[in-house]
Amino acid sequence: MNGPHDLGGQMGLGPVAPEKDEPYFHAEWEKRALGLTLSCGIFGAWTIDESRHARENIPPVTYLSASYYEIWIRALETLLERHGFASRAEIDAGHRQLEPAIPKRVLKADMVADVLARGGPCDRSVDAEPLFEPGDRVRTKNFNPQTHTRLPRYARAKTGAIEAVQGSFVFPDDNAHGKGENPQWVYTVVFDGAEIWGEDADPSLTVSIDAWESYLERV
Amino acid sequence: MHDHDHHDHHHDNRYTDMQARVRALETVLTQKGLIDPAAIDAIVETYETKIGPRNGAHVVAKSWVEPEFSEWLQTDATAAIASLGYTGRQGEHMRAVFNTPETHNLVVCTLCSCYPWAVLGLPPVWYKAPAYRSRAVIDPRAVLAEFGLVLPETRKIRVWDSTAELRYLVIPQRPEGTEGMDAPELAQLVSRDAMIGTALAGRPA
Repeated sequence: MNGPHDLGGQMGLGPVAPEKDEPYFHAEWEKRALGLTLSCGIFGAWTIDESRHARENIPPVTYLSASYYEIWIRALETLLERHGFASRAEIDAGHRQLEPAIPKRVLKADMVADVLARGGPCDRSVDAEPLFEPGDRVRTKNFNPQTHTRLPRYARAKTGAIEAVQGSFVFPDDNAHGKGENPQWVYTVVFDGAEIWGEDADPSLTVSIDAWESYLERV
Repeated sequence: MHDHDHHDHHHDNRYTDMQARVRALETVLTQKGLIDPAAIDAIVETYETKIGPRNGAHVVAKSWVEPEFSEWLQTDATAAIASLGYTGRQGEHMRAVFNTPETHNLVVCTLCSCYPWAVLGLPPVWYKAPAYRSRAVIDPRAVLAEFGLVLPETRKIRVWDSTAELRYLVIPQRPEGTEGMDAPELAQLVSRDAMIGTALAGRPA
């Protein structure tokens, strides 16, 4: 979707403000927000792609003014409600009112080290050979789905070169919407700055994305 | 599946006090047996004390002193980094990109906040904020200047937008004057920002 998250090339969002000796957390609630988000992800009720899409659906005015942990919490509440674990009314009230759905797993303290060390690999084997190889010229598709995609707007309908075949991975555009993992080959595609930004682009700039095979057409 | 905006547009006061909102959320989920507050403590402790940019600096310093390790990083960064014990969440699929005298690498995630947690820990606020995500891909030199880094005009800049599940670690160039230093000393010169690409490796004192 062409949501507020798709920021590449947007203007007017101010200077970058690096903070010297920045702490990992700026408030106690940020620690709990991190832990809650990871703990609830362990339920096995939604995928990382669905959670990203929930964040993208936060209204633009809110998204652009919220801190990232606030974005996480707002999206987490959407996911908890959608999957029957907790309603916003319950959270408003601050106590349990409804029987929750049954999660596949609940994260206990003694599982944390193992769960974090294992992570959530999303490479999957596919039967077909890659359609492209390094050096091939490709054009990204021009589309504007209302659903989740990982092809940024700035990189649509642009011509570039395949630089590497990175493996085959779960296809987020389907997986975010419960349509299955449907893995595809993923390629690093590199574009000249001028192809993306036009004649005023920095001539020393190249930009690459990692693109699923169905985003690409041979030139 | 459709997303709806469930918020009450007239009274979206839920998030004016985040401390209270998150406490309420944790309370409800704990009452339902869905979360273990001690697990949250363990997650926070892990990212405050165990997983941070010292991991990445170890990788970089080792690549500077061991050519075979550097080659392994180029061909299979996930395995090379895992050999040092750095694996797991948001580091499952790693790529190392090497700065050279010709090309400087810069990493961004324009669509969210993808970041190599296993080697750099939690991302800084600026990495997740709209200013960096919007500008790194279109005006990287101006962005780098805001970090105090001015590169020669002839230096090529390659921006890596982390749009899939590959996580990028920039391997900065080894600074001059470090020939006699060992890997632990060299690691001290490698900052988090140098491994994102918004800085260079530091000079020896």
